[in-house]
Amino acid sequence: MSVLVYTENWDGKFKKLSFELVSYASAVAKMINTSVTALSIGKVGNEELKKLGGFGAQKILSADNDLLSVLDNQTYTSVIAEVAKKENASVIIISNNNTGKALAPRLSVRLKAGVGSGVSRLPLSTNPFTVYKRTYSGNAFAHLVIKTDVRILTLAQNSFDLTETSNNASIEKADVSIDASKFKTKVRDVKKQDGKILLTDADIVVSGGRGMKSPDNWGPLVDLAGILGAATACSRPVSDEGWRSHEEHTGQTGKIIAPNLYIAVGISGATQHLAGVSSSKCIVAINIDKDAPIFEAAQYGIVGDAMKILPQLITAVKEIKK
Amino acid sequence: MKILVCISNVPDTTTKIKIAEGNASIDTAGIQWVINPWDELSLTRALELRDDQSTGVKSVTVAHVGPVSSEPTIRKALAIGADEAIRINGESSDAYYVAAQLAEALKKEQFDIIMCGIESSDYNGSVVGGMIAEFLAIPSVSAVSAINFENGNPSLTRDIDGGKEVVEVPAPFVAIVQKGIAKEPRIAAMRGIMLARSKPVKVFEPVTVEPLTQIESFEKPAPHPACKFIDAANPGLLLDLLRNEAKVI
Repeated sequence: MSVLVYTENWDGKFKKLSFELVSYASAVAKMINTSVTALSIGKVGNEELKKLGGFGAQKILSADNDLLSVLDNQTYTSVIAEVAKKENASVIIISNNNTGKALAPRLSVRLKAGVGSGVSRLPLSTNPFTVYKRTYSGNAFAHLVIKTDVRILTLAQNSFDLTETSNNASIEKADVSIDASKFKTKVRDVKKQDGKILLTDADIVVSGGRGMKSPDNWGPLVDLAGILGAATACSRPVSDEGWRSHEEHTGQTGKIIAPNLYIAVGISGATQHLAGVSSSKCIVAINIDKDAPIFEAAQYGIVGDAMKILPQLITAVKEIKK
Repeated sequence: MKILVCISNVPDTTTKIKIAEGNASIDTAGIQWVINPWDELSLTRALELRDDQSTGVKSVTVAHVGPVSSEPTIRKALAIGADEAIRINGESSDAYYVAAQLAEALKKEQFDIIMCGIESSDYNGSVVGGMIAEFLAIPSVSAVSAINFENGNPSLTRDIDGGKEVVEVPAPFVAIVQKGIAKEPRIAAMRGIMLARSKPVKVFEPVTVEPLTQIESFEKPAPHPACKFIDAANPGLLLDLLRNEAKVI
């Protein structure tokens, strides 16, 4: 038996997300008295692979066939399924990001393994295997029983603390068969967004709503994000109006994020917006309307004009950073 | 070319979710049911593609797994513009059950593009689309924010971490779509509502499928402590609190 964790890489590097997954896998493995095997797909150097051992992976398998540089859902599913069988995995852990959402359902059918998606805590019980998962966009949480012998869990980002351990991991090549004729995905074009902090990775997010009044008023918000090392986001009306890119829309139908700090400026806090940000560890609201629902979700609030408050905040952050 | 759009019905997204006595289910009293927002966007894009003659898309069918009480959702999709509908007469019990039913129906009816919303706003599972593709052993592309046609061939734009990729896969395939796929959901016009009454709805009986998961109970999120207000004249105090109390910067 084992817990298998799939650790995605980005241009050969792991991210905090990867270590969070391994830390989580390691805690699940303790609950069922077994060990963690981490699987990496694509080209990753040994030094980088070894890092996974520092968070509790005992065995690290690397599938680095050239074909695997492009995400082909069927091929990736085959690789993970084959390794899961060889490792006799009873729990498979994947991120609840775009890649995880693409692979978990295919693996579920392939292995006839039930999925608990978007889990944010350790399993509530291992017999029956019960997980705690977000439903109704964060307005209710379900205790979901997974009835199969193999279970797939997709972990919500930024929901589990990193736990470092002594590193004695072994690194091996994953022994998998890859059938090039079954590889179906052809990439025609790639548009990378360089140099920006990714919204879904950011520890701090500064977000603006319709209360910002005009796209011309975003300067101080972007400046505040800049000095805090934060990503910028916006509410749906703002992206619908074209004031900011759709990529920044956080909310039920946009990006779902869980940063440590979410600063909502001029956002009233409609249910649909909160659905995308309610898992943030700390929410700060700045709004001119003291009755705005965002204050019910916020830990700290300032009632006032964002255009006056943002410059003062920027000055105050600069003082701290000195 | 034929498109199938899978739709689920969910509580209106402004609903205040209440948990029923005994915690085993959601209190559905007074809930307005709507087409899942992502499915609605997906349907909108499918109709745009059908209405654009250059794509070669001839028809749009919607499919739904649910009892007869979910017919209004199907009629709404027909009123918005879908040509026909399939309803699989089962009670959805888990994603695996729903996907298995849809896949079974797809063995009887052939489609070139199967579109599914990336998640439903009730169970937030994000799995049905991928499961259908695996049941049928056909390609799937997830997190799709655009579908465009060039010389009759569809290309899909998908989100990857830190950017976008334009990809092609051979049809039939499942496109699992998200925000951006269509600008605003199409709304039913009076004429559409009238037409919808006479559009065909095929009803299939479900096949026997054992669900893999089961919701045992629901709980509300932990109550939130009251907001601490900071005087607008002294926003610097906020930073002290963020640093020393919340410890987030």
